[in-house]
Amino acid sequence: MSMDNKAKIGEYLSRFFPVQDLKDDDDIFQLGFVSSMFAIQLVSFVEHEFGLTIDNDDLELDNFRSVGAIDAFVTRKLSASVAS
Amino acid sequence: MTSTLTAEQAQAQKEFRAFADRHIVPHADAYHRAQRTPPQTVELLAAEGLLGLPVAAQYGGGGCDAVTLGLLAGELGRACSSLRSLLTVHTMVAHAVARWGSRELKETWLPRLARGESIGALAVSEPGAGSDAAGVVTRLTPDGDSWLLDGHKTWTTYGETADVFLVLGRSPEGPTAVLVERATAGVRTELIEDLIGIRASMTADVHFDGCRIPAGQVLARPGLGLSHVVGTALDLGRYTVGWGCVGIVDACLEASVDYAGSRETFGTPIKDHQLVRQMISGMYTDARAARLLCLEAGRLRDEGDPGALAQTSMAKYFASTAASRAAADAVQIHGANGCSAGYPVQRYLGDSRVMEIIEGSSQIHQIGLAEYAFQERALVRRRQAGATPRSEGR
Repeated sequence: MSMDNKAKIGEYLSRFFPVQDLKDDDDIFQLGFVSSMFAIQLVSFVEHEFGLTIDNDDLELDNFRSVGAIDAFVTRKLSASVAS
Repeated sequence: MTSTLTAEQAQAQKEFRAFADRHIVPHADAYHRAQRTPPQTVELLAAEGLLGLPVAAQYGGGGCDAVTLGLLAGELGRACSSLRSLLTVHTMVAHAVARWGSRELKETWLPRLARGESIGALAVSEPGAGSDAAGVVTRLTPDGDSWLLDGHKTWTTYGETADVFLVLGRSPEGPTAVLVERATAGVRTELIEDLIGIRASMTADVHFDGCRIPAGQVLARPGLGLSHVVGTALDLGRYTVGWGCVGIVDACLEASVDYAGSRETFGTPIKDHQLVRQMISGMYTDARAARLLCLEAGRLRDEGDPGALAQTSMAKYFASTAASRAAADAVQIHGANGCSAGYPVQRYLGDSRVMEIIEGSSQIHQIGLAEYAFQERALVRRRQAGATPRSEGR
């Protein structure tokens, strides 16, 4: 997907994790949650920013594990919505 | 103050206020003293469609926006914090089902919850786990194609009368949320009496002893019961509690202004005493500020803005602390009368104390809000420096 989307995701995630350089494949779950509300903040961000709805079937940790994983997930969801 | 409301929202608020003034305000002190909510009152709320107001229309609810739900919580909170608590826990359960329930769970439960035929309650806290919900020890043990639920929940608002519980337990996958019907074998409740506030809220201990729960009763998926399901419910609960506190401040202000205008000391109404005016001015300002914070939270929620979580936390934190200040001052203005059962301000005092504890204590919110402040400042610094967002830490 475009670097724009990765940049948006990276900027949002960088608020939460005290790391110097959040790389595309950094596992954010290994970096540790900073808030008990982080998960639903992340869901809310992805839905609001990219105009999609996250369903129960989407709740695989691998979809949200890193900047790259979220970007790939968003790309798949948007492609599926266009195709349907 | 309705200037930021749409015409529909303003009309809804007018109707909520009239309903509360007619059906709840005259009886709230009696509910408080009896430590009971009459079932007829719950039935009336259901018949008016108020319990299902935020549930989607496709399931028989009112499909209202967040601001309108907040206005309802505010008017109920002004009248009776126990009944506002009913709205809060019931809508938390409905919201969690709508957001994370399977299609079958939605089709089964949302129409019942929307009509108020079934009342929902949240069973998360335990004797050893309150603010630290991750510490729950209630067990969900896989057993064939179902779960066995064993544990003891406490402080379950309307737990004594609820028909269905949203229960947070611990399964092998981690925190897991399930819907449990009261009629399930092994469910037992015990009313908790003599609370300091929300005394009519039928708060209960709930025991689950070997309850067999079908696998389809899980919300989201095992392991995500706290991070997603309870988190979603809690966020909405904070929102309606915040609004309920706006109602408490309004009630304190109305009672205090009326009393200060009629009560005389030293040959003059006490409203002429500057120190009484100081308390009323604080209440007046807090009422406006709390309402504005809650309205902003509602607006962000209606826009689906992820910033709504932080705004909701701020609104709840401010409104609940404002309610504590207002109730303490309202009792002070009423003097000895304020300490008696003859005036509602003594009810507001106890209710406001509870508001600073439920749905995230003031201290939990302070911790989170400080983190948001650091995050926002770090983001501003990065942007000012023109740095690539992901090339810097905070």
